[in-house]
Amino acid sequence: MTAVAGLLIRRPRIGRHQSSWPVWLVLALVFGASWIVVNGAGGDFVTTRNLQNIALRSVALGLVAIGQTLVVLAGSLDMSVAYTVSMSAIATSVVMDGRPDRMVLGVAAALAVGAAVGLTNGLVIAGLGVNAFIATFGVSLIVRGALNATFDNVAGSVPAGFQTLGYGAVGGIPVGVLLLAGVVAAAWYLMHRARFGYHVYAVGGNLESARLSGISTLRVLVAVHVLCGVCAALSGVFLASRLGAGSPWVGPQGGYDLESIAAVVLGGVALGGGRGRLLGTIGSVLMLAVVDSVFNHFEANSFLRTLVRGVIIVGAVALYARRGDRAQQPPS
Amino acid sequence: MTTVARRRPRAPRSPRGAFRSAVRSATRAVRGIAPIWLILAAAVALVVWRDPAFAEPHSLMAFLKRGAPLIILALGQLFVIVAGDLDLSVGALVTACVVIAARLGAGDPARTWWVICLLVAFGLLVGVVNGLVTAVLRVPSFITTLGTMLVLNGAVFLWTGGSPTGSLADNLRRLGRGSIPDVPVVGQLPYAVIAAALAVAVGYLLLRRTHFGSQIFATGGGPRTAWLSGVDTVRIRVGTFVVSALSGVAAAVLLAGFAGLSANAGDGYEFQAISAVVFGGAVLGGGRGRISAAVGGALTLLVLFTLLNLLGFAKPLRDTVQGFMIIGAAVFTAYRLRRPR
Amino acid sequence: MRHITKRFFGTVVLDDVSLDCLPAEVHAIVGENGAGKSTLMKIIGGEYRPDEGTVLLDGEPVRLQQPRQALDLGISMIHQEFTLLPHRNVAENVMLGREPRRGRWRRGVDRRSMEVTTAGLLAELGLDAISPKTLVRQLSVAQQQGVEIAKALSYRPRILVMDEPTAALTPAEVGALFARIRILVARGLTVLYISHRLTEIFDLAHRVTVLKDGRRVDTLDVADTSADDLVPLMVGRAGLAGLAVRHADPATIGPVRLSVRDGAAPGLHGIDLDVRAGEIVGVAGLDGSGRTELAHALAGAAPLRSGAIEVDGRRRRLGSPRAAIRAGIGSLTADRKSEGLVLPLSAADNSLLTVRAFGRVRRSANRALLTGLAGQVGLSVDALRRDVRVLSGGNQQKVVLAKWLVARAGIYVFDEPTRGIDVGAKAVIHRLMRDLADGGAAILMISSDLPEVIGVSDRIVVMCAGGIAGELPADASEESIMILATRARVPA
Repeated sequence: MTAVAGLLIRRPRIGRHQSSWPVWLVLALVFGASWIVVNGAGGDFVTTRNLQNIALRSVALGLVAIGQTLVVLAGSLDMSVAYTVSMSAIATSVVMDGRPDRMVLGVAAALAVGAAVGLTNGLVIAGLGVNAFIATFGVSLIVRGALNATFDNVAGSVPAGFQTLGYGAVGGIPVGVLLLAGVVAAAWYLMHRARFGYHVYAVGGNLESARLSGISTLRVLVAVHVLCGVCAALSGVFLASRLGAGSPWVGPQGGYDLESIAAVVLGGVALGGGRGRLLGTIGSVLMLAVVDSVFNHFEANSFLRTLVRGVIIVGAVALYARRGDRAQQPPS
Repeated sequence: MTTVARRRPRAPRSPRGAFRSAVRSATRAVRGIAPIWLILAAAVALVVWRDPAFAEPHSLMAFLKRGAPLIILALGQLFVIVAGDLDLSVGALVTACVVIAARLGAGDPARTWWVICLLVAFGLLVGVVNGLVTAVLRVPSFITTLGTMLVLNGAVFLWTGGSPTGSLADNLRRLGRGSIPDVPVVGQLPYAVIAAALAVAVGYLLLRRTHFGSQIFATGGGPRTAWLSGVDTVRIRVGTFVVSALSGVAAAVLLAGFAGLSANAGDGYEFQAISAVVFGGAVLGGGRGRISAAVGGALTLLVLFTLLNLLGFAKPLRDTVQGFMIIGAAVFTAYRLRRPR
Repeated sequence: MRHITKRFFGTVVLDDVSLDCLPAEVHAIVGENGAGKSTLMKIIGGEYRPDEGTVLLDGEPVRLQQPRQALDLGISMIHQEFTLLPHRNVAENVMLGREPRRGRWRRGVDRRSMEVTTAGLLAELGLDAISPKTLVRQLSVAQQQGVEIAKALSYRPRILVMDEPTAALTPAEVGALFARIRILVARGLTVLYISHRLTEIFDLAHRVTVLKDGRRVDTLDVADTSADDLVPLMVGRAGLAGLAVRHADPATIGPVRLSVRDGAAPGLHGIDLDVRAGEIVGVAGLDGSGRTELAHALAGAAPLRSGAIEVDGRRRRLGSPRAAIRAGIGSLTADRKSEGLVLPLSAADNSLLTVRAFGRVRRSANRALLTGLAGQVGLSVDALRRDVRVLSGGNQQKVVLAKWLVARAGIYVFDEPTRGIDVGAKAVIHRLMRDLADGGAAILMISSDLPEVIGVSDRIVVMCAGGIAGELPADASEESIMILATRARVPA
């Protein structure tokens, strides 16, 4: 089922794989280039405020990207994250309904929603044997329809106190960033220190081998999808806190599906699974955030931004996809 | 594409034997039909039951006219899927074409023909870019086409300053809206239906009766083998994306006719096209697929939407239904492929 | 195991097979490809479930539903295909699924203990040169096999099933492995050993069971039998006579059709090779000797970095498969399923692949073409219409050959032409090769099957460590080939 993503990945993986420029190096370069560009145009790039903004911009995507990394490492894929984000944002604000005593409940509801979507994805993929793209694509359509049919506008609201999550800061570091850091740390521990992580790499590396070694591939796959759903839900909660309320278009508008996968690929995780490290994803998320902040600085037209975003993502994936490929490959 | 050689059953020697062998050949015949047609038939039956007027020629024609764009898009998507890829940019391309036609045409009928030529060229460009990025730069097709979608959406609205400007010329709109009057049996025969039928014929010939078509199956079913056997897989894959893009242009022209100018002209069409093809029986991963999958799937989807309308479901729920459909279809296919154990 | 019957796709793969294994013995299983050996072993290993019959362990019936169960009961399997994870290190691979726990909630992994245990296991097998921290993909094929064996033994099994374990090992490594197995067997281990290499069986095994067409033919004590007795049981015909093919009459050998001068590429150096019309040149060598790289270079899949290739006198650059095909080279690769055939398509469509790629034949002429082809390769036209997936290995190979016949190839590069094909079909393929050569084609045949190399080639080229170690005449002995193949071995 490493062929689960096989629809999209046509190159067989070969042994020889030189490491590309580490994503951190690229991040540094992009940061440097942005600095030059912005300061050259008369602005000031390295201000606390700007850096805080960049960090904040990374939170929403970063949370989703972490979940996506886990899923991709296991050899699968999740195209439903964007709508999971929307759904959990709505769940948060609807359940909270502006009441401070309902904050915990709201968050719990959102996480439950994310877990439910993840559970569905995992069961359909691992239990029913459906290709990951189709399964999660289908689930996203189902959620999309349900959301758009029930809510055609912003729904519910978030109590003012809850907005600390989105706007507050502790010692100069935005709360959202602390949340992201916490999740990253937890994920890192899970993948590199816990048995579960080892099993995820195994399932992604060679499904049959993992199975033959006694690992329950069903459980692993369902678990990573649930975790991805929960991460997307956290992002939705964060966004609800920032925006004051959730709406059906929060997820797709942020492009979380495409961008989270792009971040994963740019961060060095192979789309076939079994290879790559978590921290690379964070590096590429930061990089995308830096680029975004430059756009913001120049107050670029949102359509221009969309356009350039598309080009950058495809271009970057193209560059990263070429590394480690030898001439022995068919041009496919 | 493959037929298992069947031996003719011996002539039965008794009436009971004759009956049994008749039943057997009937079952075999039914099982030989692609399941999608059976589902379509069931869906149509349901719709007619709720709304007998549906079966009348003029409403059938109206139905087919509205459905023509999807049929054409599904055909294009079929080519891409058989080659093992996906094209998620067609919806954005459709919107882009409609907006471009309005802005450049500015309602002037004299410009219509060269505007159409321009659209075709534009479609070619988009298809080639999609194909080259996917095949040469080796970006997975879903990423490429999602990126193209973003680029198209961004570029077109950047150009028009945020919302569609201009207007669509009348003669352009006639292509989508108009029909041939006084045709026997059906009454009004919409141009759109003719266009769709033509597309099906061309698609069939291209896919099944040309070297290009057979190479698409090879590229999708065994990319490395195809390459080693001399197939220029880059050219083939670019070709399929071009076919898909051109189908988008055709669909756009028809849509411009009866749906008019809007910023959401093409919204959701890529999902519908993929759903149609998957539901119709094409297997993702390449190498398999029939025209009936595209056409049957598209028609079934359209009938189901009509059914949902009749039953009073809200429009967004179409997405939900589609989601269930493609998962259901995929489960069914997975089950069928897995069964011999 | 008693009365095991197993069906796949409605065909009976194993028919009422019964097998006894005693403690402290090496029990070999032999048979042609398709005889059912691997299936039987997979049933013991818990991967498949028998449709009928029972597996008994110590006289108690067991129902094995999962490989894990078999492992827990003390049955450990080493597969033919590697099951290692290339991007994880040795320790992670060996201890997969049983990582030592750590931490308050016992969910963490104790890496140090894992590495120590793995190092110990490797040392037991004499593989201490391998560090537990190395990534598997950085190891040589032989080392990877060693890790597989270490992993299987780490379960401290009572029954060890080995499916062709020595395919990639040098004679020295095989010796070390056998020594280890003997020690374990002396301690009570039972080994079920599948192999085609009869010499190994006579070296190691106590008893041997012959399977043929899914049935158990006989079980014999190794001491009481010999290779000549076994082979007829396996193939149902006396001796290896089926393998011998008439060689080319030297007078009919024509001009040089393919010539490589000083070819070099990653994994190849100093390749000088000539193949003439009408001759079959066999290429022997161990895994990693560069034969595959040579095949890929000639197929246009991995062009040479330097050196010259001439086809029919013309200098050619084989930069892509299309270029190679235009030059008239047809390559039948070792991996039929992923490089020779498009599995979802029919046999007919597969044979027409090259034709369609170059647009040479009008569609209307297809039917006549196919009938002609079918006759040439010995396939019924009926078979051509079927999905290529359901054809036997031999028939599949015929389809691949047909593809190149249609392309009017003048030079054929066969890489493992009869791998995975039963003896009867092997003879047919060999005959086809000979006919091709007689018709003026130049054939290069890469093979690991020494009797095949000796029996079919007119000349034998032996490769070693990326270069050509030497050339031998057609009547060379297996030993002389092996000596050349292992001579210039670079110390690991």
